[in-house]
Formats: sequence, C-alpha cells, structure tokens
Amino acid sequence: MRKLAALIKHPLRELQSDVDEAVSPERYTMLRRKIIALIVAASLIPLSVMAVLNYYEHQNAMTKEIQNPLRVLVNKTKNSFELFLAERTSTVSLIASAYSYGELADENKLARIFTVMKKEFDGFVDLGLIDAHGNQINYVGPYALKGKNYAEQRWFQEVRLKGKYVSDVFMGYRKFPHVIIAVQHMTEDGRVWILRATLDTRQFERIIASMSLEPDADAFLVNTQGLMQTSSNNYGKVLEKLSFPLPPQTYEPTVLQMIDPLGRDVFLSYAYFPEADFVLMAVKPKASVLKTWYTVRGDLLFIFAVGVALVLLAAVGVTDALIRRMKEAEDRRELALREVEHSQKLSSIGRLAAGVAHEVNNPLAIINEKAGLMKDILSLQGEFPSKDKILAQVESILRAVDRCRGITHRMLGFARRMDVTNEALDLGELIAETASFLSNEAMHRKVDVRLDIDPLLPRIVSDRSQLQQVFLNLFNNALAAVPDGGVIEALARPESDGVCVTVKDNGCGMSDETLKHIFEPFFTTKKGKGTGLGLSITYGIVKRLGGEIAVESTTGVGTTLTITLPIGQREALA
Amino acid sequence: MNTNDWKILLVDDEHEFITTLAERLELRGINARVVFDGESALLAVAEDEPHVMILDVLMPGIKGLEVLERVKRTNPNVQVLLLTGHGSTRDGIEGMRLGAFDYMMKPLNIDTLIEKMESAIDYASKAAKLGQ
Repeated sequence: MRKLAALIKHPLRELQSDVDEAVSPERYTMLRRKIIALIVAASLIPLSVMAVLNYYEHQNAMTKEIQNPLRVLVNKTKNSFELFLAERTSTVSLIASAYSYGELADENKLARIFTVMKKEFDGFVDLGLIDAHGNQINYVGPYALKGKNYAEQRWFQEVRLKGKYVSDVFMGYRKFPHVIIAVQHMTEDGRVWILRATLDTRQFERIIASMSLEPDADAFLVNTQGLMQTSSNNYGKVLEKLSFPLPPQTYEPTVLQMIDPLGRDVFLSYAYFPEADFVLMAVKPKASVLKTWYTVRGDLLFIFAVGVALVLLAAVGVTDALIRRMKEAEDRRELALREVEHSQKLSSIGRLAAGVAHEVNNPLAIINEKAGLMKDILSLQGEFPSKDKILAQVESILRAVDRCRGITHRMLGFARRMDVTNEALDLGELIAETASFLSNEAMHRKVDVRLDIDPLLPRIVSDRSQLQQVFLNLFNNALAAVPDGGVIEALARPESDGVCVTVKDNGCGMSDETLKHIFEPFFTTKKGKGTGLGLSITYGIVKRLGGEIAVESTTGVGTTLTITLPIGQREALA
Repeated sequence: MNTNDWKILLVDDEHEFITTLAERLELRGINARVVFDGESALLAVAEDEPHVMILDVLMPGIKGLEVLERVKRTNPNVQVLLLTGHGSTRDGIEGMRLGAFDYMMKPLNIDTLIEKMESAIDYASKAAKLGQ
C-alpha cells in the first residue's frame, strides 16, 4: 500500500518539478508524456480491473445458466428411463405373481398374456418361462427359443441370486440389441421358476430423441463397463466401447467440461442409474451453447476498446490543452517579466539621464558663457595676428557646447516622457504632419514616402507631442535604413477598439540578434550617428499611452514596425 | 527704451556663469546687477526695482519659485525670466503660473535671452500704460 502511494506521489512530485522548470520545448514534451501516462494509468487500471472482473462474472453466470438446463434435461430423461424400466419390470413381476406355473406353461395362455402385455406396454419382444435349471419351458415370441437352456448365462445366475434382474443391452440368441427383464417366482411348495421378457432397445432411442437436442449435441446410454447401450452420433455405435473414459460415479446429474475425442470443448452432463447398470450422458459443444456468451464477450471487448480509445483521446486532448495553457501562461509571464525589466531599465535610465543632464548643464552653461565672452571680446578687438584662428577655435567650442546641449536636452526629454497630456486627435493628420518634417531629406534622396490613411480612421484620445515624437523616430529610422530611391510606407487602419499604424521600409533590415535588443536604451546600429535612445523612447511612449509596438524585419528585405493604439476615453471624443 | 536704460537683475548661485553672463550683457550695453542667492535677490528688488530679473530656479536657501512669488507680490511690475538647468518643463510652467514672463533652459543663447528681455520690457511698458 505504501509502495502504491509512493508510486502515485512520485509522478505528481515530478510533474510539479516539471511545471516549475518547464521552459524548454523538450521539457514540455516530457511533461506531456508524463501527464498522458499518468491519466491513462489512472483511468485504465480501474477500467481494466473492472473489465476483467466483469468478464469472469459474466462468464460464470452464463456457464451456470447453460449448465443448469443441461443438468435438468439429463435428470428428466434419466427419470423417464427409470420409469420405463420400472413399469415393465412391475408388469413382468405382476404376471409372475398372478399366474401359476401351470397357466404360464400353457402355450395358449402365455400367448394371450403376452398379447395383452404388448397392447398395454410398448417394447416387449417376447416372453418366456424358464424353470429352476435354466430350461425354457414355454416361449411366446418371434424366435424359436423354446427348450433353450440359460443355466450358464449371467442373467440367469443374477436373477437366481437377486430375484429380479434388468440386463444391459446385448445381442444374445436374437442377434439384435435388446434388454431382458427377468423375475424369479417361488411357490409356497418351494417350486422356483423365472418369467423373462425381452425389450427392444428402440424404445431407448425414442426416449433419447424426446430430449430434442440440437444437431451438434449428442445423448446416449452406456453401461458401467463403458459399452454403448444406444447409438451415439459421435462416440460409438451400440455395444461399441465409448470413445472416452467414464466420468466419476454419481447418481445426481452432474456437468463436466472436457475436450471430447473429436477435439471439441464440450459440456458433458451425466447421471448413473441406481437400479440399473446404466449411465445417461448428454454432450453439448461449448461453442454452440456459449454463443450468447461469445456475443456478450464481444460486446464487452468492444466497450472496453472504445473506453480505452476514449480515455486515450481524452488524455491526449486534456494534456495538450493543459500544456498549451501552460505555454501561454509561461509566455505571458516571460513577456510581463521582460516588460517589467524593460520598464525598470527605462525608468533607471530616465532618472540617470535627468541627473546627468542636470549636472552637465550647469558647467556646460559656464563653458558656453565663457566661450561667448571670449568671442565677444575678440570681436571687439582690432585685427591682430591669429585673431581669426582664435575666433574659429571659440566658435568650435560654442558648436561643441551646442551639440552637448542637444544631447542633454534629448536625455532630459527621455526622462520627462513620463508626463502624458491627452487630447482628441486626428492620427492621420498627425502622421502626415510628422512625415512632412522629413520631406526635404526624402526629396533630396528621392525616397518615396507613401501615406495610406484609412478615411474611416477614428479619432483617438492621446498625447499629441509624444505621438509626434514616436512617428518622427519611426520615420527617421526608416529614412536611415532605406537607400536613395527607397520606399517608406505608412498605413493607418482602424481596429477593434483602436487603431493600427504600420511603418514599413525596404531598407537593409535587421538580424534576429539586433531585433532582440532593438528597444533597449543606448542600443544603436547607426555607429556613432545615433544615441540609441530613439526606439527605446518610442517603446516607452507607446506603452505609456496604452499601446503595443511590434517589429518584424528581414535582413536585406526591410523592416516593419507596427503600433496599435487604443481609442482612449470616449467622453473625451464627444 | 534704450538698452542702456534697462535695469537687469541676475540671480544664480553659479558665480562663474552669472558673472560671465553679466559681463557679456555689459559688452552689449546692458547693465546688470548680479546677486548669488534668493535673499539678496529680494533685497536688490526692494532697493532698486529692476525691469527684468533673470532668476535661476534651483538655488540653495530660498528657491527661485519662492523668490518669484514674493517679488510678484511686492513688485508686480518686475518681469521675471526663469532659468532652469534641468529639462523638466514643470518648473517653467509652474513659474509661468506664478507670473513669470517666460523661462529658458541652460546653456543660454545670449541673443535669445536679449530678445526675451526686450519682449518682457515691452510687455511691462504696455501693461503700465494700460494700467494708467
């Protein structure tokens, strides 16, 4: 029991650890296999046990149901045989008691008696009077047996010993299978004589025929030495040896299962006769009697197979759905983690940028003013050697300061993108306006900037200046990526509860490795020309405005950036 | 009004920056008084009401926005141009709400500064005329 519990606990614990660690496709495959195996085992073991128990229970019930009628039939037929023999024995006994030796020795009288016997009871063939020495004194019947001596025959000795005797089937002088019933009578004066009647065994065949067995079934009578007393379809003719051993002796009808000499699996029902030396046997092939059971067994097997198939299907279906959910949850968790990580990175960078910009701006202002003053003073001075050269140097310092100012202002801009000012705006108009900022460069480089704004594009509630920054970044990147004469397409389409804007270029594209880092701050592919903040700022703005941004790119083919934005507060649109 | 007649007060704790700026203005014929903290700025305004006060937002002691608020209360005709060393527009917008004429971010472009000072003086004179 403890082992079973351990077996159950073990896969569950393994499953749990698999869930915790399930990140790679291989682990999902392993997990899937284990879950399916567990579900199948948990379902099929009880199902199989139930099916086996059901099978044997049904088989036993069916066997009993089949054996009982067979037992009853043999009992009934045995009773018929016993009644048949008892009636005829009583008749012979009555005649022996009712008539005197003299009357029975009278040929006419015996013939009259025999005629009445035959009339009242079927099966009598002849009737004879035998004296104590075995001589047949009188005889009525179809054979010339008067004067025959039976002193040496077994039946004579048996009847002398027991007083009554019913023989087995035998040929004797008559040369056909018959049975004799012999009754000994003793008069008051001590005279002994025997009345003997012969029975035709065709009566036995009739009794057996009354059992109305199926064509492949068989019933017959044998004696306790195994000699056939009636003919059998399969196990021998009259007086031949039975082709299989006799079953154990019992007077109660009994059913056995055996393989018969023909190799068939059969039920043998039999009963020994207590008053005669006979055994009644009925044989039925199992195949025919268990036809119903075989149908039931087929149905059971079919139900079991369907059950197994359903369990397998359900296990696979449920497991696949479970694994799919787990994968989705894992993906969502990973995405959320990445977003949190990215947001935290952006937030940290923003704070850092604000601090750096502020700290740098003050000394930069001093440099600016000092250089400005130098320029002012130099400008007021008359000509002197190297004046122009010094002025050029000062101008260079001022340009550098200006560049630094641009950088610190962009960094500060990155930091302050946290503030959002919403208004209802026409996104198509905003995109067109932003694209126009780049029209000079596009014209100069013969870049085709195509705008495809859906006329049904709804107005959205969002931050105008931040969205302008977003589209400016996207157009700038596209312009940097395309060669002279390239194409940039901006498409804006309504979506359910939002709008979708796609900016597509046929530029150099990006590798998968680049795509992984595209939204990270300070990541740039422009080699010294960019700050690496453009797409990071874009990402931050889009997320803060409640939108989503996605990028697809193929090296040498181009890049597509897709932004989806929500409609925003509907009351603001009213 | 001629630039020689302008009364300008420069307020910033960055000595190097503000004295150099004063010198550059002087070279352009604009006299500017320089103080380095908020308290001195309030005294200077009380002593000699300037036309324009260039006021840094972030200073030790009394902060620029507080100086602005108090000056606007005592000397509403003084036009204040705020200087901010960091990029947040929040201080600039808050300053405008408190009555600043405009705000500028460091490093300054001196020509832009002079233009804004001129605009502020124009505005103040027009406002004074309207007030009369």
